[in-house]
Amino acid sequence: MELLIGQMFAGLSLGSVLLLAALGLSLTFGQMGVINMAHGEFMMAGAYTAFVVQRSVSDAGISLLVSIPVGFLVGGLMGLVLEAVHLRRMYHRPMDTLLVTFGVALILQQVARDVFGAPSVDVRAPAWLQGNVELLGSPIPLTRLFILILSLLCLAALAFLLRGTSLGRRIRAVVLNRDLAESSGISTRRTDQLTFFIGSGLAGIAGVAVTLIGSTSPYLGTNYIVDAFLVVVAGGVGQIKGAVIAAFSLGVLQSALEFSTTASIGKVLILVLIVVFLQLRPQGIFSLKTRSLA
Amino acid sequence: MRSPFLLSPDEPKAGGLPAGQHHYLKIRNLSVVFDGFVAVDKVNLDVSQGDLRFLIGPNGAGKTTVIDAITGLVPASGSVNHTGTEILGRKVHQIARLGVGRTFQTASVFENLSVLQNLDIAAGSGRRALELLRRRRKTEPAVEEAMELVGLGHLAEKQAGVLSHGQKQWLEIGMLLVQNSDLLLLDEPIAGMSQDERIETGQLLRKIGASRITLVIEHDMDFVREFATSVTVLAAGKVLSEGSVAEVQADRRVQEVYLGSAKEGGE
Repeated sequence: MELLIGQMFAGLSLGSVLLLAALGLSLTFGQMGVINMAHGEFMMAGAYTAFVVQRSVSDAGISLLVSIPVGFLVGGLMGLVLEAVHLRRMYHRPMDTLLVTFGVALILQQVARDVFGAPSVDVRAPAWLQGNVELLGSPIPLTRLFILILSLLCLAALAFLLRGTSLGRRIRAVVLNRDLAESSGISTRRTDQLTFFIGSGLAGIAGVAVTLIGSTSPYLGTNYIVDAFLVVVAGGVGQIKGAVIAAFSLGVLQSALEFSTTASIGKVLILVLIVVFLQLRPQGIFSLKTRSLA
Repeated sequence: MRSPFLLSPDEPKAGGLPAGQHHYLKIRNLSVVFDGFVAVDKVNLDVSQGDLRFLIGPNGAGKTTVIDAITGLVPASGSVNHTGTEILGRKVHQIARLGVGRTFQTASVFENLSVLQNLDIAAGSGRRALELLRRRRKTEPAVEEAMELVGLGHLAEKQAGVLSHGQKQWLEIGMLLVQNSDLLLLDEPIAGMSQDERIETGQLLRKIGASRITLVIEHDMDFVREFATSVTVLAAGKVLSEGSVAEVQADRRVQEVYLGSAKEGGE
């Protein structure tokens, strides 16, 4: 029983990290159809933001709380620049965005190595996140619980934004029919920029979060980018509820498989499962028509 | 349901409203060239507020391209003046915010959004960024009114994608109304409609056309005869003839492009 709960929580925790990494992608890739390989590097930027903030604000608790909005801004602004410089010229060429953003990702990794050095750095977790809580007899690390709550908060905020506000309606309108949106007086340029800002900002928040469970290196992004894309594709492109289900089921499955086999066999099994799943259901768990990717 | 905002008590008539009303569309030397092919060739066109102008012509005459050019969807040369403002060369959404509204040949609504949300998007296109983040529970009176006017009041929460073809066309017109468009460009609004729907659409056009500048592309000559107050005939990218329905139908050149031969023409 304790083992089961411990495993379940490990899975949910892994899932929440995946979800955080994938939420932003589900906006930029899912809603806008941009394949942004630099999304992981925006996470890395968020993680280094947490590191820098902690150096200037010595209190770990305050620095974490400050890092979250600052990380959002840093990720979002990097996204805005990338959108303005490159992506807006290639909205109808998804393959080109893949190449360009992959190049940008490599550049960002090198910049991080030059600025912060190749060895990884650590961000201290605040005192109130050290230790465990007991849940039905099994210990749950507070940092992981924090990430789970943070990811659910981000999810709720994003869902509210898309469903409850006019901005969300506008984003969905631009995705559904660009010409009609323009003819209705919506500036699709500005909507694209805002969408990309929010999506990239979420990557920044994800970066801040993962500093709590591991150290930060220039290659942090590469650990997450593939999994994040898997979540978005398996969940159904453009579908946030699909991404949620996919993230948590992948998390639970992966930690269960890794527990019963080994870490690398577990990962292999997960990838096989996803390949089989996408063979049977190429559109993912849910499906929706989007602009450039069916 | 009537109000000074959406409706005027008058009927549309040829030449538009009496003097003193200033809204007009004035097109001069409008040309659109696609890779060397001249789709629209130096078109001049004047439409006044209150005139229900129909734009007719054989397939490929450039009717839709004229509307695309006015709304900025295709690049064009010449001049398009909307009540004193030159709109050619501006961005599509800016033109839309200047009161130019259009519908598309294939019913174009945001399929995954509800009727109300579709109208709300059109109503709020000019909103500022911060305002977009507020949750809005109350429906604006103008939205409510437009929804009743186009006969979709009972379908407010329905997804637009499940509406019938005719209802989608009406929703599009409703979106133009809440957008506060005073220049309406309607691309085949009754295509694919049943007879009853056509009559309802015609009556709707009459109601809203009295206070607006209206340009309607249409093929159905019965509909044109019934509802047009004036007609412009376009052929091969040029204006061929202009006038009342009777005048245009009596024009030999018009009979020629429609029937291929002047001898068989006429009614």
